[in-house]
Amino acid sequence: MYGKGLKPLSIATVAMLAVSLSLVFFYAPLDADQGFIQKIFYVHVPLAIVALVGFIIGGIFAIAHLRTNNRKWDAYSYVSIHISVIFGVAVLITGAIWAKASWGHWWVWDEPTLVSFLIVFLLYATYYPFRYAIEDRDRQARYASVFAVTAGAFVPLNFMAVRMAQSLVHPRTFATAEGGMPGEMMLAFLCMLVAIGLLCTTLVKFELTAKSASGQVKRLRRALDAPVAGGSSRIAPEVS
Amino acid sequence: MTPSRAAFAAILAKDLRSELRTLQSLPAMALFSVTTFVIFRFGLDRTSLSGSLAAGVLWATLLFAAVLGINRLFVAEREEGGFDAIRLAPIDRSVLFGAKVAALLVYLLALELVAVPIFAIFFLDDAAGLGPLVAVLLLADLGLAATGTLISSMAVNSRARDLLVPLVLLPLIVPLMIAATGATEPLLALGGPSYHRFGTWLMVLGLYDLIFGLVGYAVFDFLLED
Repeated sequence: MYGKGLKPLSIATVAMLAVSLSLVFFYAPLDADQGFIQKIFYVHVPLAIVALVGFIIGGIFAIAHLRTNNRKWDAYSYVSIHISVIFGVAVLITGAIWAKASWGHWWVWDEPTLVSFLIVFLLYATYYPFRYAIEDRDRQARYASVFAVTAGAFVPLNFMAVRMAQSLVHPRTFATAEGGMPGEMMLAFLCMLVAIGLLCTTLVKFELTAKSASGQVKRLRRALDAPVAGGSSRIAPEVS
Repeated sequence: MTPSRAAFAAILAKDLRSELRTLQSLPAMALFSVTTFVIFRFGLDRTSLSGSLAAGVLWATLLFAAVLGINRLFVAEREEGGFDAIRLAPIDRSVLFGAKVAALLVYLLALELVAVPIFAIFFLDDAAGLGPLVAVLLLADLGLAATGTLISSMAVNSRARDLLVPLVLLPLIVPLMIAATGATEPLLALGGPSYHRFGTWLMVLGLYDLIFGLVGYAVFDFLLED
């Protein structure tokens, strides 16, 4: 039932990505200071925004799970956080590449957004060992939801604290770019944001579909009284 | 006394009494902090500290010592059936959260009563900053107690309790540490304490305490259901 609409969504994602990438490379002008490497901005920043939104949405799904006790919401929360963590890896890698290209170092501590993102990523990376360590399925779902809610509250607080720890504010490319970004750049950026958002939604839908299908297969096997070969991984919640 | 307040007092008194009788956490925390100071003395190769180094050594040590206590906070409840008793008792479950936060707060204050003077004797040339440091310690302890209690209650029902507490707690504590070290650094600066952004950092600490106190209070019920 989760597979419904997956095909058009995937096609839309691929089309949007293709359009946005061609806008980035052929339509948006080259950055005067940074040249070609600035193009990574169109991937890095949307990925970061989508990942952070995914973390927050994971927390909202977790609240829904705690309120309704419906396991579906736990699966939604898990998948949102899962995809966001994968996006997070990409954010940190593209961020490091961009930092190396524009500031000459792979990592800069005086870029508060990057540092905040790292801390948030480190927190969400502990979601998996945390889930793994709890055996009872109901309890696992409930505890994971509590974790997601707590971590969701942590995200804005952390960004504020790291920003404040900056004694002098580094001239930030995004801030300057956002203020005086030419229309062509802004258009390419917004298209990329939509494309990455669609990509995230598609991946979430794919994972939910796969989980629901494997859950159904498992139930059918059980109904046929056959032993389940392999089985699904322990942390992954099941969707009915 | 309302039933909640009576239950709160009873749980807190039970915790403190059992800690006083068994001495499971506090001596270990104090000893650990002193040993860590000695390790920092050689690790940094410094005999006196000031400013950001002093703040970093003090807070890193207090945090890791606190983790020892946080690890053990709910062990008795789990092993001796305290959780079942709380579930059976006709009281609000958040009371257990409040009482545990209070107990952990007492542990942390007791730890600091030992660790901070020893830190001053070991490393500080000028102890004038210790007075205002009390405010930072109190606010940071409150946040550490709230977050620590929440994480400890989640981790105690898992297979890897000792592993999970530091793993999940440390990233969550980063904003608290930023604010605590930010406030402490000018207090311990060379040439007497100054109050650069002191109020701002205290406000961040207060905000952290408030947010995680409320989150813990709100979600704690779900951790006790079974």
